[in-house]
Amino acid sequence: MIFAIEVAIGGLLVGVMYSLVALGFVLIYKSSGVFNFAQGDMTLLAALALVGFLTIFPLWLAILAALVLMIALAIAIEAIVLRPLVARPPLALFMATIGLGFFLQGIGQGIWGTDPKGLDIGISDIPFKIKGLLISQFDLAGGALAGGLVFALVWFFQKSRTGRALRAVSDDHEAALSVGIPLRRAWAISWAIAGLVALVAGIMWGSRLGVQFSLSLIALKALPILILGGIDSIPGAIIAGLVVGASENLAEVFLGPYVGGGIQTFFPYLLALVVLWFKPYGMFGREIIERV
Amino acid sequence: MIYRECGVFKANYRADMAIFPIPLDRWGVIIILFIAFVVVPFSASDYWLSSILIPFLVFSLAALGLNFLTGYAGQLSIGHAAFMAVGAYISLILYGRYEVPLLLSLLGGGLVTAAVGAVFGIPSLRIKGFYLAVSTLAAQFIIQWVLTHWEWISGGVFGTVDTPPMQVFGWPIDTPVKKYYLVLSVVVPLTIFGKNIVRGQLGRAWMAIRDMDVAAEIIGISLFWNKLLAFTVSSFYAGVAGGLITFTYYGAANIEAFNIMVSFHLLGMIIIGGMGSVLGSFFGGGFITLLPIFINQFAHAFGTVLKTDLLACLELILFGGLIIFFLIVEPYGLARLWRTGKDKLRLWPFPY
Repeated sequence: MIFAIEVAIGGLLVGVMYSLVALGFVLIYKSSGVFNFAQGDMTLLAALALVGFLTIFPLWLAILAALVLMIALAIAIEAIVLRPLVARPPLALFMATIGLGFFLQGIGQGIWGTDPKGLDIGISDIPFKIKGLLISQFDLAGGALAGGLVFALVWFFQKSRTGRALRAVSDDHEAALSVGIPLRRAWAISWAIAGLVALVAGIMWGSRLGVQFSLSLIALKALPILILGGIDSIPGAIIAGLVVGASENLAEVFLGPYVGGGIQTFFPYLLALVVLWFKPYGMFGREIIERV
Repeated sequence: MIYRECGVFKANYRADMAIFPIPLDRWGVIIILFIAFVVVPFSASDYWLSSILIPFLVFSLAALGLNFLTGYAGQLSIGHAAFMAVGAYISLILYGRYEVPLLLSLLGGGLVTAAVGAVFGIPSLRIKGFYLAVSTLAAQFIIQWVLTHWEWISGGVFGTVDTPPMQVFGWPIDTPVKKYYLVLSVVVPLTIFGKNIVRGQLGRAWMAIRDMDVAAEIIGISLFWNKLLAFTVSSFYAGVAGGLITFTYYGAANIEAFNIMVSFHLLGMIIIGGMGSVLGSFFGGGFITLLPIFINQFAHAFGTVLKTDLLACLELILFGGLIIFFLIVEPYGLARLWRTGKDKLRLWPFPY
């Protein structure tokens, strides 16, 4: 039983780390109506840039430099990719972000190299015991960071003036423009926030797995969480992250041996499919009512 | 002047419904087929045949399949390479283990893939848009896992299924030229069949669903059958393509040859080639197949032999950049450029 709880807690903490990536998707969708498939590659790019800057700057300056880079990137993406695609079907924007993902991946690896790099930010990965349960210190720190980020973002979207403008933009580009919300600035801001989340996720995942190509594949783990929680719900991303993290860990440990193992790769997708069959817009997603 | 559409008098329904109503188009197709069947095999080198033309044709076929689903029926699939993998494994097992004739085992691979595709199409009845796009990724991961873990199929995690020596009607298929003929004789009929699907009732129903599914349902198009058929037909094409490429190009079924990158490449092919266009699938297939070779040649021409990982990065940058470029500048892809070119040629030397 202790073992089962340990597995579940380990899964929950990893789940929070997944949510961190899923959060980037939700933010951009919520604030600009774009499903950003490049989030994983932005995470990779942020981590690569951070490692690159670390060779010349101390840690805090390197993080700041990486953040500046991500903001510059957000402005560039808005100007080059998104602006010409205003008022085009959402799927066209989605496919554009797939292209963007490849582009960023190529740029990042072209500049900083394809070899795996270590990233050490000074949080130890030694597990410690609470009442007989082994818990990874690193996962705990990641969970705390993600939790803080979520609270800040929920406040931003619900209470602040800019956040509300962003929500209006995601509802309807043209309607938001007509009530005087500067669309270009709103998009740049939302991509900059997604860049910030990508940087945080890049730091956490990068110091855990090493900074390399496979970091961009974390996005593939975040996608089922995203659709499970609903693509426009911040709490949904967190709760679905916890559900997926715990259930995939439990499934792998207790179900895996019977079917040959490795079910972690697809279990979240299966779970998401089953839930979506009953709730087509995820657990917390806003239901879209279609009219002819 | 050069591309003339005038002087075509349709006197009966047959002429009106013809697949290529304009004589010039008809001649164009005949000439292209003549080149493909007669000129190319005798003039192209083995390298061109086996490492450029065969993948080009097969990936175009797979892209055509994806185009049915995404370009015509409007259901985005980002896990399509997995269907190719199903076709690859099943047709190889049918041919190698059960000694079914080659063409029949390709067909069998296609049919099994079609059934698998129909199963993965079921969510599309309830899930839409981005949610559906992500859930098609489920196909990629579940199929990958099943193919590697079901020992009847793969012979274990590290198993690959090798191709036995091929023969069709007793003829051995061993040289690149013969392989090329095999590919061509599968791809051409399937392309003509596909062209007829999309201009017939099914294709029109798909397009109505793509444009607005609620409206389509109201005018009496069954979403259930047409969406499932879109997944079925599309995965049939993917399955046949997967079988073909394994037989003629890879030589052994290996799950890594059908990973998620290949799914994105297929998607890139139809975006760059042209969504909702049969011809566009071939343009896109050719473009994406030639891109790495072109980059290599380009690097050589400048005298700098780039490192392979830098070359791979350059390829990624170009691939991603081109997708964005085409989505912004020409959302209907190369096929639309081709059309624009034809419109220009109608008047070209003597515009008034």
